[in-house]
Amino acid sequence: MIMKWFKKNRVDEELPYFWQNYAKSFEEKIPEKISDIRFTVFDTETTGFDYEEDRILSIGAVRVEHQSIEISDNFEVFLKQIKFNPETVKIHGIIQNEKFEKISELEALKRFLSYIQNSVLVAHHAGFDIKMLNKALKRNSLPKLKNKVLDTSILYKKTRIVTNLIDRDKVYTLDEIAEAYNIELTDRHTASGDAYITALIFMKLLGKIVKSEKSTLRHLQKSH
Amino acid sequence: MTNSIASRIADFLSDFPPFSLLEKSQLELIATEIKVMYFEQGQTIFSRDESVHDYFYIVQKGAVDLQKIDNNQEPETIDKCDEGDVFGLRPLFAKENYQINAITDEESVIYAIPLNIFKPYAISNPHVGNFLMESFASNTRNPYSNEHRGKLISDEEDISLKKEALFELQPIPIIKKMVTVSPETSIQKSAILMSNKKVGSVIVVEDEKPVGIVTDVDFRELVATGKLPIQHPISEVMKTPVICYSKNLTIAQAQLTMMKHNINHICITKDGTPNTQVKGIVSEHDIILSQGNNPAVLMKAINRAGSTKKLKRIRNKVMILLNGYIRSNIPLTHISNIIFELNDATIKRTIERCIEKMDTPLPAKFAWMSLGSQGRKEQLLNTDQDNALVFEDVPEEKLEETRAYFLKLATKVTKRLNIIGYEFCPAEMMARNPKYCLSLSEWKDQFSEWVTTSGNDEILLCQIFFDFDISYGEVKLTNSISDHIFDILKGNRNFLNKLAAQALRNPSPLGFFRQFLVEQDGEKKDLFDIKKRGIMPLTDAARLLILEHRVKNISNTSERFEKLAQLEPNNKEIYQACAYSSRALIKFRTKQGLRHKDNGRFINLEDLGKEDKIKLKRCFKSIKEIQELIKIRFETTYYL
Repeated sequence: MIMKWFKKNRVDEELPYFWQNYAKSFEEKIPEKISDIRFTVFDTETTGFDYEEDRILSIGAVRVEHQSIEISDNFEVFLKQIKFNPETVKIHGIIQNEKFEKISELEALKRFLSYIQNSVLVAHHAGFDIKMLNKALKRNSLPKLKNKVLDTSILYKKTRIVTNLIDRDKVYTLDEIAEAYNIELTDRHTASGDAYITALIFMKLLGKIVKSEKSTLRHLQKSH
Repeated sequence: MTNSIASRIADFLSDFPPFSLLEKSQLELIATEIKVMYFEQGQTIFSRDESVHDYFYIVQKGAVDLQKIDNNQEPETIDKCDEGDVFGLRPLFAKENYQINAITDEESVIYAIPLNIFKPYAISNPHVGNFLMESFASNTRNPYSNEHRGKLISDEEDISLKKEALFELQPIPIIKKMVTVSPETSIQKSAILMSNKKVGSVIVVEDEKPVGIVTDVDFRELVATGKLPIQHPISEVMKTPVICYSKNLTIAQAQLTMMKHNINHICITKDGTPNTQVKGIVSEHDIILSQGNNPAVLMKAINRAGSTKKLKRIRNKVMILLNGYIRSNIPLTHISNIIFELNDATIKRTIERCIEKMDTPLPAKFAWMSLGSQGRKEQLLNTDQDNALVFEDVPEEKLEETRAYFLKLATKVTKRLNIIGYEFCPAEMMARNPKYCLSLSEWKDQFSEWVTTSGNDEILLCQIFFDFDISYGEVKLTNSISDHIFDILKGNRNFLNKLAAQALRNPSPLGFFRQFLVEQDGEKKDLFDIKKRGIMPLTDAARLLILEHRVKNISNTSERFEKLAQLEPNNKEIYQACAYSSRALIKFRTKQGLRHKDNGRFINLEDLGKEDKIKLKRCFKSIKEIQELIKIRFETTYYL
C-alpha cells in the first residue's frame, strides 16, 4: 500500500506544473449545498465518433453557480488539427484555417484544466465528451480527469414520469429537450453554443430535481 | 477569445429598449458582462428594504411580479414584467434600498446587467437615460395604469387592468389600427379591406381629412338589402358628417357622445374637428375592451390575437377573471362554462394560426380532440395539454404523407400551447405523437383493440380517450368515433366490469378514524392529492355509469351525474350528491391552485380551516356511496 502511494505521488511530481495545480484543487472539498457547488457545463466538437481516430476540434464551457451563468467567465478554444475529416465540417462549420485563433491540443487541455479546477462537470451525453478528453490527455501523457460528472440526458430522463406509455429507454437528444423546455436553438453545433444550451437545460433540471434545501450532490448522482 | 454566447444575448437585447437604442458593438460589449440567472416560480429576485444590487434586470423568458407592501403588510402586485421588460432600476438613480419586491410569477430566465458597465451609456445617451427614468417611474407607481411600460411608443391595443374608480376619467384608448378609403373606392373593395383587417368600420378620407364613416350596420341596411349594388362608390353609403374629437377625450365623454348621437364610433382628429388629419378611431367596443374584465371582450381579443405572445397575455387575464369569479362565489357551472369557452377559443385560435403557417393547404379534413379535463369542460387552471388528432381516411399510399403533415401541424400547435401556459403532457399524450395522430379507421381499430385487449394500460387509455371533445375541425369525424365506441361496447359487460374495477382503485379518501388519507412517500409526502383521491374517483364513476346507459355527448362529470339522476330516479339522491361533490372539489382545487399559483392538485391539510375540512369530508361521503353502488352493480371482484 505504502509503496503504491509513494509511487503514485512520485508520478504526480513528474507531471507538468499545470497538472499538479489542477490535482491540488481537489484538496478543497466540494460544498454541501447544491447551490454553492461550482458546475462547469461543457461541450466538445470532434471530427467524429471514433475514440481512437477522431480528435477534438473545439471545447466550449460555461460555469453555473448559484443558478446563474456569468457570461464573461465562459471558455472557448479551437484546436489545431493535423488530421482532418471533411465529413464533419458540414455539421460543425469549423473549417480548418478559419479565422479563430487555434492552439495545440496540449495548450487546450492546459487551459481547460485550469478553467474547470475541481468543479463538477456537466455535459449532454457526458460519457462521450469525457472519454474524448481522457484520450487527448493520454496522448499527452497525462492521467484521466478527476472531476465528478453529471449527464443532462440521464438527469432529464429522471424527470419524466414512469409509465408504460412512453418509451423508458429512449435516448433524448439536446434538441428534443431544448424543444420541450422552449429554449431557442440558435448556435447549435458550436461548442460554446451547445454548452450554453446545456447549461440552461441543466439549471431547469436542477430546479425540478432538487426540491429541498437538503439535497446534495449525491442525490443528483444517484439519479444516474 | 470569441464569445458566441454573448452575441446571442446581444441579439436578444437589441429587440428591446433601452438596448435597442444602442449600437450593435456597444451591445456586444455589454453582453459579455451579463449574468444569466435562472429562477423557479415564486422565487425572490430582490425584496423591499434589501440593499440594492450591482445589477439591473431584464426578463429574457418568463414573468416577474413587482409587489408593493401595503399598510396591512400584504404584498400587492403593482406591475408585471414579461419578456423584454426591465426592472430593478432603482440603483441606477438612487442609493437607497429597494422599495418593492420582485418575485418570479413563473419559471424565468433573467439577464442581470452590471450597473458599472451600463451606467456610462445611460449618461452619454439621453434617449437611454430618459427611457430608464420613465420605466423606473412606471415600475414603482401603480402600474396597471400605465400601459406604456416597456415600450417607448405604444400603438397596439392592450387590455389593461385599470382601477374601476378612475376608469371613466381616463383618456380613451385610441385604436390606431383603422382602415381608411377614398370616396371613390367601391363598396365591395371597402368591405374586403374591412374583413381582412377584422374591423367593424372604415373612415372615408379626402386629403387625410374625414368626410364620412361606414360601419357594419350600414352594409347591412344599405347593401345587403339590395338598395345599392356593391360596385358603387363607398361615398354613397357613408354617414356624414363624422363625429370628431381630439385625443384628450375621456372615456366618460366618449360614452356620452355615443349615446347622444346614437353612434358607436368616434373619429379622432388632430384638433378635434373634421378639418384636420385623422388620427384614429374609438369604438364603443374598444372602450368596453379596455376594461378588460369581461369575458366577451377577452373572447374577441383571443379571436383577433395575431401572436402567441398575445394569446399568452390574454390567458393571464383569463386567470385574473377566474380569480374574481371564485372570490365572488359565482356558481361553478357558470364559471366552468365561461372558462371552457375561453380555453376552447384559445386552442381554436392557435390551431387556426398554425394552419395559416403551414406551407401547403390541408391534405384532408381533420379534427382536433381535447382529452381529459378540457374534454370534460373541467379545466379551470392551466393544466397539462392532452390532445389527439383524427384525419379522414385517405388512400393507402397517401396515408403516411398525410400523417406527416398533421404531425407537423400538431407539433406547431402543441409548442405554442405550451408557450401560452398549457404544460406538455408528461406521458406524451398529444397529437404530435404518431400514436395519437391517426386516420378515422385507424382510430376505430385502436379503440377496438383497447376495448378487447383491455389490460391495465389499455383501460387507462380508454379512460382518457373516452372523454374527448372536439376543439377544432370536422365534427363528422369525432361523431363517427363516438358511434364506433358505442358499437363495440354493446353487450361487452366484461369491459364495463373492468372499468368498474378501475373506478374503485382509489377508495374514498377517509381513513378508519375519519382522518384524511395523505400521500405516504415521495416528494408529496403528507400532502393530500385532491385529484387522485377526490376528483378522479367521481370522474371514473360518472364515465362508467354513463357508458352503461349509453348516453352520448355528455362529458362533464357533474352533468353526467345530473343525467343519471334523471335516468335512475331511485338513486337520485346519491347522484345529485355526487354532482354537487364534483363541482365542489373542482372549485376547491381551483382555489388552491390560484392561491399557490400551481395546478392545485396537492393540498397541505394544515392550511385548511375547519369549515373546509367538513366540506371536503361531505364530498368524500358521496364518493364512498357511489363506490358502494358500483361494487354492487358490477362484478368487480375478479379484477380487484
